[in-house]
Amino acid sequence: MKKIERNNISYYEQRKNIGINEMSNQQIAVQMENITKTFGSVIANKNVDLEIRNGEILSLLGENGSGKTTLMNMLSGIYAPDEGRIFVNGEEVRIKSPRDAYELGIGMVHQHYKLIDVLTATENIILGLDGKLNIKEATAQIKEICDRYGFDVDPNQKVYDMSVSQKQTIEIVKMLYRKAQILILDEPTAVLTPQETDKLFDVLRNMRNDGKAIVIITHKMHEVESLSDRVAVLRSGELIGYLVTKETNATEMTNMMVGKSVSLNITRREPVDPKDRVIVSGINVVSEDGIQKLKDVSFTVRSGEILGIAGISGCGQKELLEAIAGLQPTQSGSIKFVNDDGSEEELLGMSPTQITEKGVKLSFVPEDRLGMGLVGNMDITDNIMLRSFRRGKAPIADRKFSRNLAGEIVDDLQVVTPNLQTPIRRLSGGNVQKVLVGREISTSPKVLMTAYAVRGLDINSSYAIYDQINLQKEKGCAVVYVGEDLDVLLELADRILVLCAGQVSGIVDGRTIDKNTLGMLMTKVGGEKSNE
Amino acid sequence: MNKFRIHIAKRDTMPVAAAWAIRIGAIVLALLLGSLLTLVLTGKNPLSVLLTIVQGAFGTERKIWTTLRDTSVLLMFGLAVAPAFKMRFWNIGAEGQVLMSGLGTAVVMFFLGGKINDGLLIILMLVAAIVCGMLWAFIPAVIKAKWNTNETLSTLMLNYIAAQIVSMFIAWAVPSGSMKMGIINQDTNAGWLPALFGNKHILIIIMALLITAFVFVYIKYGKGGYELTVVGESVKTARYVGIKVEWVIIRTMLISGAICGIIGFLQVAGVEHTISPNTAGGLGFTAVLVAWMAKLNPIVMIFTSMLIVVMSNGAGDVASSLGLNASFSDILTGIILFFLIGCEFFINYKICFSAKNDKISSDVTDSKESESSGGVEENEGGKQS
Amino acid sequence: MIGAFIHSTVLQGIPLMYGCTGEIITQKSGNLNLGLPGVMYVGGISGVIGAFLYEQSLKGSDPNGFLIIVIPLLCSLLGSLVMGLIYSFLVVTLRANQNVTGLAMTTFGVGIGNFFGGSISKLAGAESTSINLTLTSNYFRAHLPFADGMGDFGEVIFSYGFLTYLAIIIAIGAYVVFNKTRVGLHLRAVGESPATADAAGISVTKYKYLATCIGCVIAGFGGLHYVMEYANGMWSNDAFGDRGWLAIALVIFAVWKPNIGILASIFFGGLYILKDWSNSSGVLSEFLKMVPYLVTFVVLIITSMRKKREYQPPESLGVNYFREDR
Repeated sequence: MKKIERNNISYYEQRKNIGINEMSNQQIAVQMENITKTFGSVIANKNVDLEIRNGEILSLLGENGSGKTTLMNMLSGIYAPDEGRIFVNGEEVRIKSPRDAYELGIGMVHQHYKLIDVLTATENIILGLDGKLNIKEATAQIKEICDRYGFDVDPNQKVYDMSVSQKQTIEIVKMLYRKAQILILDEPTAVLTPQETDKLFDVLRNMRNDGKAIVIITHKMHEVESLSDRVAVLRSGELIGYLVTKETNATEMTNMMVGKSVSLNITRREPVDPKDRVIVSGINVVSEDGIQKLKDVSFTVRSGEILGIAGISGCGQKELLEAIAGLQPTQSGSIKFVNDDGSEEELLGMSPTQITEKGVKLSFVPEDRLGMGLVGNMDITDNIMLRSFRRGKAPIADRKFSRNLAGEIVDDLQVVTPNLQTPIRRLSGGNVQKVLVGREISTSPKVLMTAYAVRGLDINSSYAIYDQINLQKEKGCAVVYVGEDLDVLLELADRILVLCAGQVSGIVDGRTIDKNTLGMLMTKVGGEKSNE
Repeated sequence: MNKFRIHIAKRDTMPVAAAWAIRIGAIVLALLLGSLLTLVLTGKNPLSVLLTIVQGAFGTERKIWTTLRDTSVLLMFGLAVAPAFKMRFWNIGAEGQVLMSGLGTAVVMFFLGGKINDGLLIILMLVAAIVCGMLWAFIPAVIKAKWNTNETLSTLMLNYIAAQIVSMFIAWAVPSGSMKMGIINQDTNAGWLPALFGNKHILIIIMALLITAFVFVYIKYGKGGYELTVVGESVKTARYVGIKVEWVIIRTMLISGAICGIIGFLQVAGVEHTISPNTAGGLGFTAVLVAWMAKLNPIVMIFTSMLIVVMSNGAGDVASSLGLNASFSDILTGIILFFLIGCEFFINYKICFSAKNDKISSDVTDSKESESSGGVEENEGGKQS
Repeated sequence: MIGAFIHSTVLQGIPLMYGCTGEIITQKSGNLNLGLPGVMYVGGISGVIGAFLYEQSLKGSDPNGFLIIVIPLLCSLLGSLVMGLIYSFLVVTLRANQNVTGLAMTTFGVGIGNFFGGSISKLAGAESTSINLTLTSNYFRAHLPFADGMGDFGEVIFSYGFLTYLAIIIAIGAYVVFNKTRVGLHLRAVGESPATADAAGISVTKYKYLATCIGCVIAGFGGLHYVMEYANGMWSNDAFGDRGWLAIALVIFAVWKPNIGILASIFFGGLYILKDWSNSSGVLSEFLKMVPYLVTFVVLIITSMRKKREYQPPESLGVNYFREDR
């Protein structure tokens, strides 16, 4: 955990008080006092005091893993705090279940919608309530709510026919139908188009003007600025302080969010003799439910160079990497692999096996470590074997090879494990990732793609991973690094490709670009492409 | 919040010895309950009843051979379903696969018996049996691979379709309407498997052991076994490393079908010399229990299948000696199964009684998704799909 | 002739209808109960035991018209309820594998049926060894007196015992509950996505227990109907046959809708007896017996091919729910 500097705290304490005094005439909807929550040895929230007021939009700002969602889950009845007290409208309460939360007028829209596909909008909205079932009356009430706030909902539509933004609308209407006075939204814009986001924000402002208390969890600065009245900043599970949106600016918020502007000191050498390795041109991907995930994406990955990919989560990063790895059906375009002798192989339309059979050494560290990259219930040896079990002609798998390789990886990357027979799900996140990265680079790949390679890892593990990635770069491997931490991207990548809503909004030099420009590109759909 | 809460959490892993101690304890408890039931129903001393069960299974040399034979047959059934289960493919269609291969055997035996060389006849019978068994396993596999059709339901239906196909054949071949095939080639013994070492049971026992060894090696050391384990654990991972999931499903089921083919062949050519809709005798369902109780370990399956056979043969003896219906053994078997099924909970989960506000060990990123909780030990795989 | 055919078709279809409705209710909660055949056996034999003991206790005197109906009904209900509780406890509370538990229940239940069916006379010390409950059966088969005078129409509509009508009422009731009530909405939610239902404040455990137990009780009545109305009070071992599995097939065929289940059960009943009425040769008659399974198999494939959400099994069918935290 990062240490907060002493004088910084006093500064923010000061700000905190200002924030409270200034608006004390407003009624306090929720007060959380001294909340602490731990999961095993991980501290998710520590001594947090939070105040939510009626007629106000509060932004809960913080980086991934700063404890925003956990804190709000304690209000919505998903978790119970280990320590601390919660007051709703001045009375101390115990929120044991989502139902308790509804009854207190607290509603939360989670990132993963809790809707049932085969039911209609109305049925989903009234699910779990008591009393006689009267769909007609419920439908009328839902229509009324929609009209009041400007939602566009067909109450009789089945959820499986809905778009993501429609589903989100249902979730919000569900809360309003339950007379929620306090509405919490967990990163509501992650899945929305800019137009949909604008519409959502209008609705949220309507609700605020209606006197409701609204909390929006986010890590996007521009949303905070355009929407909220007040900002509470969390870092590493602790509340750093409050800011009044009007009186602050992005720099101040960023400083509070990330703490002292840290120099990460990641080594970055000049690429040696970069040559085009993978040429992606004009690929389009439409997902199963008809959403265009990638639109006309073109770029080149070069050997001995790290290409960073930046973008708000869900902007097509996953689809892009999976398209190159042969896991994602692609509608059009071309993905060419360039051999050392200059000959080219078309990868588009090939399965992972076919790519391997072509002799293309492509490694991929996926985002979903235990769901895709590794098998949680299998031991380290068997997980290492995922890439090498086909070795040899015999029908018996060559476990000895994998066991030796596993031993080497455990030694080289300093994986902490009781032994090689330990099921991988019992290792800590950092060690799991070391095994995965270790396996992927053990084949001395020509191309290495990583997605959120350091997500959820402690500092030491993160640096170990950066080192491995740099090592591959120096060996002449073409590296694609999808990341969410801009600081890391700025220090690690030679070039950075920015994706926004499935389109390339820019390809920039990682050495010269500054964070602000990068942030701008991330929110600019289809921005001019810099010359490749 | 309550003062005390019962909190249930997944166990990491329990030492294998402790797990088996719990299972054996469950069997003992089940036997106690079974004895009590026996006492209430018959007024006999439970201990003597248990003794009669053991005597019923092992009392005479003939009984020992029968028990070994029945165990072998049931074991083979279990081995046929185990690889698919490891892949979380709930094949309850061994019954139908065996019936179809028995039919294949009988058809060849019926039509070609006496017309061609006996050795060739037996080979043709075996080929027909294996082809039919594989076909009947291929159907649910391919529709699962292609359209994700629920395999439990499809294999269940295929069992009855197979039984009726057998009936149709019998009705056609025996126009008298007796619906009994009768012994095929009774005069010539054409296509009858010879008795090895003068004992007609030995061939079956040897085959069962061979198949046990094969399945054990295939699952534990084979590339195919590794692939199906990965598919069972995570289809996403399998695709990621380039395993052709559809093909693995089909291949694994073809192996199941081939094993069923051998069973059908042995039953018809070696034991019954006839075919009926009861040739498989409901063992396809019992096989599910055998395989599951053994945690899909072929070696352990030798013991679980023997346990069920001893119970059913022995308790059958008890019942008939008391003038009661032989189905008494099914009740006792059912009780043992209930206890074994229930005890898995205590192996896979731990129950904590704790004061309020305890710390819940869970992942920070826990998204509260429902989790399948098969009773199978984690690293053994085979949880329900 | 037509009237008689339809009459036996319906009689043949009703046990299936009970089984089908019961299993639909159970599966709607996400529990795939493969123990249904066992449950139906237990439902049948429990009623038989009750009726048998009551008839024995009469010693020739006239029976009480109320008791002779209620005792078998209650016994059947209790027997199936115990089966439902065993399944629910193992699957819902102890999270045991559903397929394995179901198959064990079938072994156990069929065992109970055949054991008591074959041994009850001896256990009760009665003189005769067969179970012939004509007396009770007459009460169960009693129909409205005017039906006899109405020709085919009376035979088709009014000639059945009360259990037949009860089956249809229960199936319609299940349809209404699923589609028109909050309980039905919640039950569907539990079967589709227990996690979502849980988050909405619905007690998943309660619904799963209730649906499974009620489903088992209803299915058990199918066994009772078979003995008392269809078989005229004669219990013979294994006579019930594979009707339990056929009922599970019906659930798929009826795409988890009890209203379709009513017609489908009667259709299956007709196929079941068509062979006896069609004077068909052996092969054809065996083929006709195959048709229900074959048709169901085809329906299963078509629904999975079309992927239309309305006709899919409940999403969580066969998967147990475990809320790890809290």
